[in-house]
Amino acid sequence: MISRVWAWAFLGSLIIFFVISVQITTDGRVNFLTIRNSQNILVAITPVLLLGLGQTLVIIGAGIDLSVGWVMSLASVLSALALRAAFNSGLPLFLSVVIGFLAAVVGAGFVGFLNGVIIAKLKVPAFIVTLGSSFIVRGVALLLSENTTVIGLPRGVRNYGNDALIYWIQGEGGGLYFLKRPDVTGDLLRRMNIILPYPVVLTAIVVGIIVFVLRKTQFGRHTYAIGGNLEAALRTGIPVDRHLISLYVLSSVTAGIAGFLSTLRFTAGSAVIGDALLLSSIAAVIIGGVSLFGGAGTVMGTVIGSLIIAVLTTGLVMLNVQAFWQFIVVGTVVILAVLIDQSRDLIIGRMNTG
Amino acid sequence: MEPMLSIKNMVKRFGGLVAVNDVSLDVYPGEVVALLGDNGAGKSTLIKCVSGVYHADEGEVYFEGQLVRFSRPIEARRHGIETIYQDLALANNLDVGSNIFLGREVKKRYLGGLIRTLDNDFMLQQSQMALDSLGIHFPDLTQPIESLSGGQRQAVAIARAVYWDAKLMIMDEPTNNLGVPEQRKVLDTIRTLRERGVPIILISHTLPDIFAVSDRLIVMHRGRKVTEKKISETNTQEIVQYMVGALDDTREQ
Repeated sequence: MISRVWAWAFLGSLIIFFVISVQITTDGRVNFLTIRNSQNILVAITPVLLLGLGQTLVIIGAGIDLSVGWVMSLASVLSALALRAAFNSGLPLFLSVVIGFLAAVVGAGFVGFLNGVIIAKLKVPAFIVTLGSSFIVRGVALLLSENTTVIGLPRGVRNYGNDALIYWIQGEGGGLYFLKRPDVTGDLLRRMNIILPYPVVLTAIVVGIIVFVLRKTQFGRHTYAIGGNLEAALRTGIPVDRHLISLYVLSSVTAGIAGFLSTLRFTAGSAVIGDALLLSSIAAVIIGGVSLFGGAGTVMGTVIGSLIIAVLTTGLVMLNVQAFWQFIVVGTVVILAVLIDQSRDLIIGRMNTG
Repeated sequence: MEPMLSIKNMVKRFGGLVAVNDVSLDVYPGEVVALLGDNGAGKSTLIKCVSGVYHADEGEVYFEGQLVRFSRPIEARRHGIETIYQDLALANNLDVGSNIFLGREVKKRYLGGLIRTLDNDFMLQQSQMALDSLGIHFPDLTQPIESLSGGQRQAVAIARAVYWDAKLMIMDEPTNNLGVPEQRKVLDTIRTLRERGVPIILISHTLPDIFAVSDRLIVMHRGRKVTEKKISETNTQEIVQYMVGALDDTREQ
């Protein structure tokens, strides 16, 4: 946690920077730090963060999963197809959504299982296995969706993807509403803040579970041990193969949840939704301080990494900076993050030997 | 007295090379047996055939009177044969307690075992006791062990073996890469272990270390056992001659 102090400080200064500069460039008409904007940022990071969570587990275990982006796409398509089929066969909406969720998680988990078995049992490098499987999954997702967006989902689906725990209408005639979206229009609707949308809540739950698993359980301890010294893990009798397979299944499952949520959010399944997110998720993991050599890193680091990327991109948009600059800035931050970590390790190393 | 470990006529070949050639040896409870030889003499290969890393082509291994054949190192460990390797088999990114309990973590159970969390307090306390019993003291057991010195890490590896009731310890060059005070510390630990009755096979080519702690020594040369002597009946000059092949008990017969 201490090691990420600079990341928290960086995130804080980014927010301050955008608050001031957005105020100046819009002559005070736009405020960066509104409830609405903060919620937008949270919604925006959920897919990157979910992909990053699984990736965090895999990378701590000294692996890499390049397939998560397309697994997310596959899960989006699978959940849309399953949900639509279930609903059209007469099942109630909620049950159809549950079936859509299961289709996403099981389908994604199966890909992760295959990745894990080939990596752990057949000893093919993870980079190559997941690179290959990402192409395969991409093809399957495009075949299943017939190279188009899967639409025709029941209308109620969008509520699951966009409703929230809390609604707050500021000012006169407003108030707080819980769980149920208030039926308002016009000026009241414009003043309504949507706080903690369900995708954010679900992502937070996944974050909580993975924090618990990594910090408190034997599974977490073994993940760090395998990433730290594979030989030691083998010699102490840790079931390394089984563990690696579990890591790749978990990585795919979090990507599957991301795909499911995107289907709910857009009321459609998309075979290309996850494509651009793979590299963002790896960037978030690296900014968060997870070592690509394995054995080091935390979930909270990945959360900060995702937040930094999301704050940067939304902030730049609000400053009317051309979107392409986002890539340049994020890339620079990734490299700087690793540079800072390396120089810190060097300093600590000197302190220990000196 | 029955030997704890008995190796009978072991042969191990790598292609045309006979790395271990018809070697027999016994290790009795509470003794430190040194295994010496120049590089390539076959010491490490012999030991790896005992600990399950390699499989001997011929010969038998008896442990506590039972014929054993380990196909993997973990099986040897389950029988109580612990090997302290040069590269230690520790996870440097984890703390002392995590390493001593690596692969055998102690858990607390909640909701009838549905949720199990690591019992770090218990493992830390037990690790402290294991280290104390060897007379080893660290300022902070909760730091990743990469911040420890080589000797301290060696001590963690030994404490782990002791904690899990090793019946036989094999140490492969335990004082290599250590500073002089650290070497002394490791030798002290070996003496402590001997007092407790844990037999040790010590592989080394540092003669002063061997004469400081061993009861008996066995010299290997080009895969063969060339002599076996009690420490009290020999001296360093003689042993060096065995190591370079100038003396050979098998030849005289």
